[in-house]
Amino acid sequence: MDGSRRAFLKTAGCAILGAGLAAPIARTVGGAVSADATPGELKAGRWAIVVDVRKCLQRENCRACIDACHVAHNVPLIKNPAHEIKWIWKEPFKDTFEAEAHPHLDKGLAGQHVLVLCNHCDNPPCVRVCPTKATWKRADGIVMMDQHRCIGCRYCIAGCPYGSRSFNWQDPRPFITTGIKPEYPTRMKGVVEKCTFCTERLLKGLAPACVEVCNKVAGPGTMTFGDIRDPGSDVVRMLKTGFSIRRKPGLGTEPQIFYLV
Amino acid sequence: MYDTGKIMTGLAAVLVMLTLPFWYSAATGKAVEKHDPVLPKTEKKCVESRQYMRDSHMDLLNRWRDAVVREDRHTYVSQDGTRYEMSLTNTCMKCHVERAQFCDKCHTYMGESPFCWDCHLDRKGVL
Repeated sequence: MDGSRRAFLKTAGCAILGAGLAAPIARTVGGAVSADATPGELKAGRWAIVVDVRKCLQRENCRACIDACHVAHNVPLIKNPAHEIKWIWKEPFKDTFEAEAHPHLDKGLAGQHVLVLCNHCDNPPCVRVCPTKATWKRADGIVMMDQHRCIGCRYCIAGCPYGSRSFNWQDPRPFITTGIKPEYPTRMKGVVEKCTFCTERLLKGLAPACVEVCNKVAGPGTMTFGDIRDPGSDVVRMLKTGFSIRRKPGLGTEPQIFYLV
Repeated sequence: MYDTGKIMTGLAAVLVMLTLPFWYSAATGKAVEKHDPVLPKTEKKCVESRQYMRDSHMDLLNRWRDAVVREDRHTYVSQDGTRYEMSLTNTCMKCHVERAQFCDKCHTYMGESPFCWDCHLDRKGVL
């Protein structure tokens, strides 16, 4: 009898302990993150944008893509150039393509402004220098930002040779004059921000906001978004239509914004 | 006992000071506001059980954040098998429309100031 009582007490003890532990564990486990792809999401081996400069330059004062992007992403409008925030903007030709500018360049071209944005480099220096991995290159080539992890050290700003990154020197919210879009978070004081190739739109099966509005306003093919690794994609097709250049290719960053000139 | 009067007076004074919060609220009728978050009227069920959400919503949101931002994964399967889009603004705040009526109620009471709201907005665009 002693043996069986001992066995009974052991079993009973284990059962009570198990029941006591199971409840708090069940409380803290929760559900699971699904590994399934989001239906309808645009996927690519390597995203890229082709800008047809010939068409873009014809519309000198056009700001359709800039406005569309900055409104969609709650980008503040700060006049002070030392504090301004930009995801996509226009830069003088001589600053955009330093190597191509020379004293005998067509005067019209030299004074014009070229559309620039984050180049989503294949070899991004910003990613190399970020000490917290707040910026990294995704499998599809998008150089992504995690605002939660950014500590505001601005190494990436120093690293980026294209000026594609902006630092929030102050709370940006008072400067969002177009009305804050609650669907997209704003940023806070002390973080760096830049173009993300509209990852939130790709998820819904939409092209980036700049490309979508540009093709409506300036005609199809002015900006083209697609998978540069897919031989049948629109970007590859566009690159075959003319001579294309990239910004500061000699630095070895392998930018993925192509300019048809 | 020496100095009985002084000691007893001192003890009484300390006792009154220690119990002051009770006397104060009894006398004025004012106490710290009870934290009563307003639950959405449209939905009866949250992503997980009420107890889990109370205990671990911050862990859940951290997992959602890492999955969405860093791993490009966007679907959450809850313990009862329901699938949700992982998004503070577009899933949580779809039902809990007003942050001030729900999140802030407990956070303020507990003296918590989570940094979610430095960037994220509630559906009404309230800062």
